[in-house]
Amino acid sequence: MDNKKDLFSLTAGEITGQKHGTEELVSSLAKRVEAVEKKVHAFAKKPQARGQWFGFHWPKPQTENCNLTIRSGPLSGIPVSIKDNICVKDDETTCASKILSGFKPPYDAEVIRRLKDAGAILWGKTNMDEFAFGSSTENSSYGPTRNPHNLECVPGGSSGGSAAAVAADETIISLGSDTGGSIRQPAAFCGVVGLKPTYGRVSRYGLIAFASSLDQIGPITKDVRDCAVMMNIISGYDPKDSTSANIEVPDFTKSLNGEIKNLRVGLPKEYFTHGMDNEVKAAMDEAIATLKTKGAKFIEISLPHTEYAVAVYYIVATAEASSNLARFDGVQYGFRQMNSSGLIDMYKNSRGEGFGNEAKRRIILGTYVLSSGYYDAYYLRAQKVRTLIKRDFDTAFKEIDCIITPTSPTPAFKIGEKATDPLKMYLSDIYTISVNLAGVPAISIPCGFTKEKLPVGLQIIAKPFDEEMLFKAAFAYESQTNWRKIKPKL
Amino acid sequence: MLETVIGLEVHVQLKTKTKAFCGCSTEFGRLPNSQVCPVCLGFPGSLPVLNKTVLEYGIKVGVALNCKIPEYTKFDRKNYFYPDLPKNYQISQYDQPLAQSGYLDIAIENGTKRITIKRVHLEEDAGKLIHEGTDSSASYVDYNRAGIPLLEIVSEPELNSPDEAYQYLTTLKSIIRYLDVSDCDMEKGSLRCDANISLRPCGEKKLGVKTELKNMNSFKAVKSGLEYEIKRQLAILEAGGKVTQQTLLWDEKKQKTAVMRSKEEAHDYRYFPEPDLVPFIFKSADIKIIKETIPELPQEKLLRFVKEFSLAPYEANILTSDKSLADFFEKCSRGYKNYKNLSNWIIGAFLSEINNRSIEPKDIPITPEKFTLLLNLADTGKINSLTAKTVLSEMFETQKSPDLIISEKNLSQISDSGELEQIITQIINVNEKSVTDYKNGKANALMFLIGQAMKQTKGKANPNMVTEMLKERIKNA
Repeated sequence: MDNKKDLFSLTAGEITGQKHGTEELVSSLAKRVEAVEKKVHAFAKKPQARGQWFGFHWPKPQTENCNLTIRSGPLSGIPVSIKDNICVKDDETTCASKILSGFKPPYDAEVIRRLKDAGAILWGKTNMDEFAFGSSTENSSYGPTRNPHNLECVPGGSSGGSAAAVAADETIISLGSDTGGSIRQPAAFCGVVGLKPTYGRVSRYGLIAFASSLDQIGPITKDVRDCAVMMNIISGYDPKDSTSANIEVPDFTKSLNGEIKNLRVGLPKEYFTHGMDNEVKAAMDEAIATLKTKGAKFIEISLPHTEYAVAVYYIVATAEASSNLARFDGVQYGFRQMNSSGLIDMYKNSRGEGFGNEAKRRIILGTYVLSSGYYDAYYLRAQKVRTLIKRDFDTAFKEIDCIITPTSPTPAFKIGEKATDPLKMYLSDIYTISVNLAGVPAISIPCGFTKEKLPVGLQIIAKPFDEEMLFKAAFAYESQTNWRKIKPKL
Repeated sequence: MLETVIGLEVHVQLKTKTKAFCGCSTEFGRLPNSQVCPVCLGFPGSLPVLNKTVLEYGIKVGVALNCKIPEYTKFDRKNYFYPDLPKNYQISQYDQPLAQSGYLDIAIENGTKRITIKRVHLEEDAGKLIHEGTDSSASYVDYNRAGIPLLEIVSEPELNSPDEAYQYLTTLKSIIRYLDVSDCDMEKGSLRCDANISLRPCGEKKLGVKTELKNMNSFKAVKSGLEYEIKRQLAILEAGGKVTQQTLLWDEKKQKTAVMRSKEEAHDYRYFPEPDLVPFIFKSADIKIIKETIPELPQEKLLRFVKEFSLAPYEANILTSDKSLADFFEKCSRGYKNYKNLSNWIIGAFLSEINNRSIEPKDIPITPEKFTLLLNLADTGKINSLTAKTVLSEMFETQKSPDLIISEKNLSQISDSGELEQIITQIINVNEKSVTDYKNGKANALMFLIGQAMKQTKGKANPNMVTEMLKERIKNA
């Protein structure tokens, strides 16, 4: 290893162990952003937009604006980039949608409050698919983000900006959100670590909702240790979120011990049948072999309702989205088409011009499945099947400790390749969607590269509120491999 | 013969200190948009958290209306676009309401009638639109009301006249006010009522085509609105026409209805379970604790008053119509045992003071002790009943004790025969004609002479003594 690495390429753990000033770190990162952001376009709002960092106007402690205060804490002075659907007080937060242009939330999301308390520096808002609708970060009012490993390819989505920023060393850590794979799939495509916590583990207060019963905020990091540190900070009960769980949060870094002897790992047979790319399959086989050498035991399991997951997901998620997005109407905030005659016209014009095509598509789908006469056939039936999918996991976890699958059936695809085929795009989340429907936690970690030098991700799934298991298995695997050290050439 | 069928949907604002899903104050009449936060404004990323008092209040009403309280309840989203609705959906309850299948007994001509309560559910109120100018060139939204908890109480269509509907509403209001969970003030909008109205041939089971009537903003308006709509439907049916299913708005000024929307324009609310709130599961112990806080309700109290104080049902009904008034009566009854007289006084002079002064019964400014003292003073002849009414009025004004008012204003009854003798002599002397008339058999003339004596004494003379003494003097003249 090169001892004189640039500061920007370090993990939070490595930075904390080194002697250097925060100023030095931030200027190193700022230069990196300046150098590569034009190629990658990971940010919706670059950290530059925050004013202070590039000019080196160092904040004095205890200034009124929390963003500018370096507090002591587990993330003291560590830059963290925030997906553009997480509210940061007085900072434009748009979900990469024209309809929220100019919207500055009057409050911080709970995760932001916790990050500030932990001493983190908020490092820009990252790009995303509009309202998290997508798997490629192509559906953004800011334009697409590119995969740092191959600029012709998508970074995945919807947290593509967050994953690309981490992979391109434009930030140390990012926050993303995951409704059907939106953290894990871009983490896999960009060769970084991404974790979707158990539903209820992390407060959703301040996350602009896509599908309330599926959404979770989670970290995207360069390694498993940073991910555990982030989870220590953002997890825990929040009385402002009724769906947040009042369950004690362990110290996740204690699970980073590499011990997986006799770990019972399930391989769902339904995931290993068709549609899986050969190179992804090869990487999986290699990962399984690596884990076996560490003493893990593999068991074939069945998740029999897997084939319905995508259908169920696109009913439940669009139904909730159609209602969640109803508030964007031009009345109180965001974009309003002023050349409108009357209320209905204003609604139509503001929403018609404010939303992109994928948002419109999902609003229409969701409105349809909730309509009278269709509700029982779609929404109600989907909820029943969702219960069956959850039961599949409950049953499986009686015999195993965790499940391993590829994160995505393919590596990153070309920009534009699936943009006009929504159904093909929806299928790229086939391995991640069930996890959200069941509410269980899952992590994606790098497990290899294709011949074209595109990263492949390994997904580990655990029981509800057993993120410790994810860290245990992920850390054991990571410490046996060097994938995370292969950086994109930018 | 056609029969009228009415079902009522009543919304009452629960008087919790804070809103249903956030910590904002519910106080009425504050500056527009001064009681709002990201949650009740429906800002992106904000989430609702249920105020537990709302559940408690709702269950109280459910129990008082003899409803079943299911162990499980949940919230749903009712989706529709309107600028006073910040999220463009209302958090409400759809298929699993807080309470269902209850009843309310209302008084009708020959006894009582039992009206089935279909369901009682919780929801959030919307904001208020304020339109500028007659052409509505601009509209403003006040979100202070948005998120205030509402309880919707739905009756089965079992009311058969505007009078029954009126009786249902007043009975319901009285119960809810006893529970102290809402002011039920229609003028202030804390009780709102929509009605479904249809007509059908007597004996027919199937309901006729209904219309929904909204915007009736007082109890009187409910009655006149319903009367108008029934006449309108009747005229259509008698002319051989068909009633169109539509939603109508009552115009109180014009005393007529206007069409708001037809069936084709009806909303599809796309209800689905609210994913931001978790379902609530009640243990029977929780319900029991709430049940224990429910006070004696007006109908039980009425029956007890009739029995315990030997009052006519009509009297007991008035006394128990308001809990504070009933409590006042009961407190007085501890120190004053002529219950009939007590009831007469409270229903008469006392209530008219309250009504004239627009005082809420809960704000009665005089104590039961001072009031019974007043009655005792009248009973013992210290003052006559006319003076007692003057003193009562003064008591409402100054909250002074009646004996103090009597002595300060020198209002004691004149029962001294010497003093009265002088007054009577004077009256006989100046009213010779009336004296002659009375002698000639005109009874009215005596009344005139008594009146003169009362006038002379500013009403303080003992009327019985004056009468007797006048008769005696004229007979002997």
